[in-house]
Amino acid sequence: MTETSTVDQDSNPGADAEVHSPGTIRVLVAKLGLDGHDRGAKIVARILRDAGMEVVYTGLYKSPNEVVNAAIQEDVDVIGVSLLSGSHVPLFRELGRCLREQKAEHIFVVAGGVIPEQDYAALSDSGVDAIVPQEARADLIVTTIRNLIAARGRI
Amino acid sequence: MNLFSAQAIEDVREKQAEWEDGELAAALKSRPEEKPAYETECGIALKRIYTAADVADIPASDLGFPGAYPFTRGAYPTMYRGRPWTIRQVAGFGNPEATNQRYKYMIQTGQTGLSTDFDLPTLLGLDSDNPMAFGEVGRVGVAIDTVDDVDRLFDGIDLEKISVSLTINPSAWVIYAMFVTVAEQRGYDLHKLTGTLQADPLKEYVAQKEWIYPVRPAVRLLRDLIMHSARTTPKINPISLSGYHLSDVGGNALQEIAFIMAFTIAYCEEVIDAGMDIDDFAPRLSFFFISHQDFFEQICKFRAARRVYAKIMSERFKAKMPESMRLRVHVQTAAMSLTKVEHHNNLMRTAIQALGAVLGGCQSMHTNGLDEAFAIPTEEAMKLAIRTQQIIREEINVTSVIDPLGGSYFVERLTSDMETEIWKVLDEVNERGGAIKLVEEGWFQQKLADSAYATFKKIDSGEKISVGVNRYVDETSGSARVHIHPYDDHCTQLQIDRLNAVRTNRDNGRVRRLLQELAQQAESDDINLLPKTIELVKARATLGEICGALRDVWGSYAEPMIV
Repeated sequence: MTETSTVDQDSNPGADAEVHSPGTIRVLVAKLGLDGHDRGAKIVARILRDAGMEVVYTGLYKSPNEVVNAAIQEDVDVIGVSLLSGSHVPLFRELGRCLREQKAEHIFVVAGGVIPEQDYAALSDSGVDAIVPQEARADLIVTTIRNLIAARGRI
Repeated sequence: MNLFSAQAIEDVREKQAEWEDGELAAALKSRPEEKPAYETECGIALKRIYTAADVADIPASDLGFPGAYPFTRGAYPTMYRGRPWTIRQVAGFGNPEATNQRYKYMIQTGQTGLSTDFDLPTLLGLDSDNPMAFGEVGRVGVAIDTVDDVDRLFDGIDLEKISVSLTINPSAWVIYAMFVTVAEQRGYDLHKLTGTLQADPLKEYVAQKEWIYPVRPAVRLLRDLIMHSARTTPKINPISLSGYHLSDVGGNALQEIAFIMAFTIAYCEEVIDAGMDIDDFAPRLSFFFISHQDFFEQICKFRAARRVYAKIMSERFKAKMPESMRLRVHVQTAAMSLTKVEHHNNLMRTAIQALGAVLGGCQSMHTNGLDEAFAIPTEEAMKLAIRTQQIIREEINVTSVIDPLGGSYFVERLTSDMETEIWKVLDEVNERGGAIKLVEEGWFQQKLADSAYATFKKIDSGEKISVGVNRYVDETSGSARVHIHPYDDHCTQLQIDRLNAVRTNRDNGRVRRLLQELAQQAESDDINLLPKTIELVKARATLGEICGALRDVWGSYAEPMIV
């Protein structure tokens, strides 16, 4: 099992995934592979929490399979992956494969970190729904996720 | 003794009061200042002007002279007049041969020291064929699996002539063993061998986040490395205490220095507890700081750090040799300040930060490539980065006078203010039970995460300006076309093929036996693990096997979930 932590202002780590409030967007903020840069991931977790979303953070060094399992277990709407190690193309390809294998393609995938524009198409082909640029403001990150959910029509 | 006489200070205060009531008051009336208050990046209040009265309480002995206690004015008596700082650009990617080629190009371009970045599997003690290494081999650094890879990395490079810095952390003691084995194979005198390992575990748990074992065994490995290196390779710096990463993860200038000094204290205590005299290892402690955007704050930071360190070593640890109190620092410009938008602006940012590092008295420097917000730098970007340092060194005459900003009322005041703030943090760390305990509890991690979020909010609100990003935005500048350093897709397979060959051709029974012996030694805290590790490396044990043997003994680190 992937150990995860619920990001909650009231600090309620024992919160059961089943009792989350309906209507609230749930996001798994994930670090994939061996990349240790977690500054951005943690900031994004706080931004989303401050925007009223329920956020779960995976911690470091998670394999694509572990991230997908955590996403299913936590019943999230979105997986947000931050990658700065340059390994985004193979890792997102593997993440997409695991999502399909587990029939969890309804979960959106949002990518952030250091991702050169030339790789956007490859990520999109791997099932990444949106890529947030490095210099994105908080608004853009929140809106990107809200728009994905809105387009789907339900939470 | 103070810098100015009481009478002189009195005169200045009187004149300043007159000026404030006269010229200043009139100017403020006709044109108010742009902001109600001014401060440094780390939050120290700034006055509009500094005078002798602002440095009245600073004892002249706090400044001293370069190369003498407390080293505020520089690490060495002649500084750049005697020896320019080392231009040390870090590089590492792909197989060892690929990095070796880049080294040779950079030496030809005028680089004077080498520095190695390792890929994530190597840093984390995994062989290239480990499933977790998927997609990461040779990506952000060079891939090293066995001692033969280290030999390939430095092929044709005279390690007695050029010093090598190895940016390696949790697996540092293994890379050290490989490095000295290669030096030995080449017939070098180990007593003359120079070089630096980063090997700063506490900053990994709070900042760079590369770890294998729980905190205490990781510190023990560092202790073993420091003690072994002091005895057998006395010119190697076994550690580079890295404030850089504390800044990179969100820490301000005060946190960078205060936290790294707290770690320094913890490491010294470990080595002293194991029976080594402070003067037998402290001269080889080295440092790595960032040169960030707030120009004067950064210069004062370097000066304050030297002073605080000298006082810690002298007063707390009773060091006797000046070399034990001399803070030597490698500096890197701030990767965090680089933008993808209008990326050529990064050249200007880097040049200014590099100048700050020189005015602050660095011993060695890496200037970032203008394309580092996209990927690891290309050859062309590295050439421009080296040229930046050469222009500062050769064209603008900032190296003739030592500590040229010393004595500036402002610089001396800010240096002293920063020193005071650093001592406050160190006192708090002491009261809370010391750095190792606080790392385990996540105390530093929480402070840094809070600081990172505060900085983000300042950027998001536009309070902190990034030119081209949230100020002077040019809607037409679009996304940059940057040539990105290509990744060699064959790199992983070559490493795996070589691993298979090594495992076929060595004495596997002997490797197994040695690994068991290493694991047994690790059970006891009193045995230095380096000799056995060197034996293992020579027997062609892989990095992953050696690190794995100790993981079986000590387990893995469980990260406290701090967001």
